[in-house]
Amino acid sequence: MTEITSSSAAVLAGLISSKQVSSVEITTAFLDRLEKLNPKTNSYLHFNRENSLAQAKKADQQLADGTAVSPLHGVPIAVKDNLTTTDAPTTAGSKILEGWVPQYDATVVRKLREASMPILGKTNLDEFAMGSSTEFSAYGPSRNPWDLSRIPGGSGGGSSSAIAGHLAPLAIGSDTGGSIRFPAAMTGSVGAKPTYGAVSRYGLIALASSLDQIGPVTNSVMDAAMLQDVIGGYDPRDSTSLPNSLGSMVQSVKEADVKGLRVGVIKQLSSDGFQPGVKACFDDTIEKLAAAGAEIIEVDCPSFEYAVAAYYLILPAEASSNLAKFDSVRFGLRVTPDGNPTIENVMAATREQGFGPEVKRRIILGTYALSSGHYDAYYGSAQKVRTLIQQDLAMAFTQADVLLTPTAPTTAFKIGEKVDDPLAMYLNDVATIPANLAGIPGISVPNGLASEDGLPSGLQILAPAMQDAQMYRVASIVEKLYMDQWGASLIARVPDLEAL
Amino acid sequence: MAKEQLMSYEDAIERFEVVIGLEVHVELNTVSKMFCGCANNFGSEPNTNVCPTCLGLPGSLPAVNRKAVESSIAIGLALDCQIASNGRFARKNYFYPDLAKNFQTSQFDEPIAFEGEISIELETGEVFMVPIERAHMEEDAGKLTHVGGATGRIQGAEYSLVDYNRAGVPLVEIVTKPIYGALDKAPELAATYVRAIRDIVKSMNVSDAKMERGNVRCDANVSLREKGAEKLGTRTETKNVNSLKSIENTVRYEIRRQAFILAAGGKIIQETRHWHEDRGHTSAGRPKSDADDYRYFPEPDLVPVQPSKEWIEEIRQTLSEKPALRRKRLQTAWGFADLEFRDVLNSDLLDEIEATVSAGASPQSARKWWTGELARLANAQQVAVQDLPITPEQVAAIQRLIDSGELTDRIARDVVAGVLAGEGEPAEVIESRGLKIVTDEGALIAAIDKALASQPDVMEKIRDGKLQAAGAVIGAVMQEMRGQADAARVRELILERAK
Ligand SMILES: [Zn+2]
Repeated sequence: MTEITSSSAAVLAGLISSKQVSSVEITTAFLDRLEKLNPKTNSYLHFNRENSLAQAKKADQQLADGTAVSPLHGVPIAVKDNLTTTDAPTTAGSKILEGWVPQYDATVVRKLREASMPILGKTNLDEFAMGSSTEFSAYGPSRNPWDLSRIPGGSGGGSSSAIAGHLAPLAIGSDTGGSIRFPAAMTGSVGAKPTYGAVSRYGLIALASSLDQIGPVTNSVMDAAMLQDVIGGYDPRDSTSLPNSLGSMVQSVKEADVKGLRVGVIKQLSSDGFQPGVKACFDDTIEKLAAAGAEIIEVDCPSFEYAVAAYYLILPAEASSNLAKFDSVRFGLRVTPDGNPTIENVMAATREQGFGPEVKRRIILGTYALSSGHYDAYYGSAQKVRTLIQQDLAMAFTQADVLLTPTAPTTAFKIGEKVDDPLAMYLNDVATIPANLAGIPGISVPNGLASEDGLPSGLQILAPAMQDAQMYRVASIVEKLYMDQWGASLIARVPDLEAL
Repeated sequence: MAKEQLMSYEDAIERFEVVIGLEVHVELNTVSKMFCGCANNFGSEPNTNVCPTCLGLPGSLPAVNRKAVESSIAIGLALDCQIASNGRFARKNYFYPDLAKNFQTSQFDEPIAFEGEISIELETGEVFMVPIERAHMEEDAGKLTHVGGATGRIQGAEYSLVDYNRAGVPLVEIVTKPIYGALDKAPELAATYVRAIRDIVKSMNVSDAKMERGNVRCDANVSLREKGAEKLGTRTETKNVNSLKSIENTVRYEIRRQAFILAAGGKIIQETRHWHEDRGHTSAGRPKSDADDYRYFPEPDLVPVQPSKEWIEEIRQTLSEKPALRRKRLQTAWGFADLEFRDVLNSDLLDEIEATVSAGASPQSARKWWTGELARLANAQQVAVQDLPITPEQVAAIQRLIDSGELTDRIARDVVAGVLAGEGEPAEVIESRGLKIVTDEGALIAAIDKALASQPDVMEKIRDGKLQAAGAVIGAVMQEMRGQADAARVRELILERAK
């Protein structure tokens, strides 16, 4: 069964469609593994064997009836616990939603069901996706399969550790400032944030509406492309979703060719502030691409200097408003204080007890940034920076087809190392944030192990808005360069979790 | 609460200049809500027209109702507004249990319509141009019912119930610029303005426009300043004044209340107030201050509304005739005296009379039915005359029978009573109640002879030229015929007998 759980989704899909292995067998293999190992990684917050197997059975039945519905038919998947599911609790990693079972499925969840992909369970995250380590989850941190004392990245550390630990062949993440790409880099997996609007946000518990985007976390670029093809597309329920098709990602991966490729290296994100081993991996990637025939160009994005600052005004501002609905009136936790409870102090007590420290920090920040008298200086200025970053990127993309950066400044740090230092934590996303501010697609693919700690390093590939196919094409080129060198994916080198 | 002291209205007007500003909320009558597909339906079982979006459940998102945008643009055009090429939604953040998301999706600095005006004609014929600052789109909140406690307010209630059926119902808020120079006419202008808005949205059929149901609600801002002063005085905002009469009374009351305070050297507190029609005064609500910070910011879940020029023109083409013009046209066509016509307007019966006239009745007869007998019956049953179960076509049919001499006015009223009682169409009522004029002259003559026999001196008197003596006989005959005779014909027959 280890063969099944260490296989890529594309391989599993092939086994299922050719009826060599059933969806029930594959789903069972993953359930067996995650039931045994989840106590070590804390990747999943909720899973339910019966429910998952019922879905797998249905997929097998369809196959037997000759009505396969998607290229990933029958392949099971893990879903981040900030997407609504009618058959499982949805907590967003917060106590304030403990036990809440939504009345409706997120559009992405509906699409997974329509594609007959059994859902294995709901994965851990920093509370409301606020964090880059999962240490802010109200249900304890997830752990990195490469080293269980280290973080798996965040906020989507549940999904990334599930992929790296082979507790799921595919996972869904959400990325507001790097929550898919940063955890992918920390765990040697592939994580893609599509163009803003490429995947419907309906049913994603909003962190920052103008930045949030759902995307795949996988073992390989092809798996990610296949998954984006399943979950992407226009949704009338999400006004910000893109009405036009972005084409087939899978097709683009298949046609990957380095010929004529212009690769941009961002001056501001290629030198200072990176761990030497991470920097070395990045330089190695650039060399490999140049050797393969790509043209390497340095591009200047001067406004990137202000990206993190602008991000930490826009995000808290939107979050402070998005999180106002958690008030105990209609769903979730209700705390009734002693004495003579009024609606105000029930709301206050619920929010006081229900929200964790990082959530409160950002609500206060955001409320302040939107207050009259401060709006122009904070929220207003941040929006101007956002425009400047978009302009920088537009200019850079006239010179290069894609832009490359290291995904993260460091490899996975120890649990507890940065938890009391919000600023240090915020800087983890320095390379990933600009893509969210500009709405462009970005993907992280593994590009080696850092020499000093032997932990995975990630390469980020950014493409112009709506050119997700281009992003996948280049990701596939890079992946192939490394596969040629390694002979297998990086994730194949993850230590044996059962032995740890 | 101690009764507040007031200055006499005349003194207040003499001493101060009144500045008013009006915010009118119009509930649109779209089939679905502003941001979701739920039914926009008054009177459903509580919490049946709800979904994740209008309940503000985690993960849900809004999507704009195109028809609501169309109606909003139509209102903007009817008020001679400019229409925004980029109308953005904004979030107005505040916590309240009737507000599912704890923010209201509204519009802030980029409303769909702005810079308009509307001319308002007062009873005296005086015309005011009321400047419109903006008309913007927003969603209504749910409805709270407070149980227990003395006041019916949230404070002191044992518990409160929330009905989210109304949450997300599309509203258009129409905001005037400050209105100067109305002087003693300010209260009348306020009420007439709101009536004009109501008439417009009703005639365009973008709202049910029933004030008693809250389809049209008004917040009235009033401030006073010493005559000649440049600086505006502190204003109060009286919320949710829901009848035309209340609007007039509210403004009048606030003028008198504020004048008393200012004259005594006091200060007006900037606050929201509530109007109590039963007690005839306003009372202080929440103090409003700069601390009231709604933290508006552009709604990131919605893309801006960008109506094309073609679409706006299309909507402009469908705009119905402006109510003021329509009123002028109808009064001329019908030849009503000013007083008669005002009566029609005040009782809100323009539509009914127009329909009755188009169904064939003469304007005067249509007017008499609706403002007379039908208004009286409605009043007795305590319903709106428009809600009586009789159609303009039925009224016109009854009038036709009067005109042709088949019914007398009195029998016609019985027919109306039958229609209202649900006995069917006028013809059916006439049939089943046997309400035809007796035209059989033999029967009439027999009845006359019977009456004359019991009043033998009458013939004598008539022959002596005292024609009014016939009255007593007519009465007896009508009684004999159970009212179903043409009194004029009976009179003729009596006089013939006397020859
Ligand atoms: Zn709804």
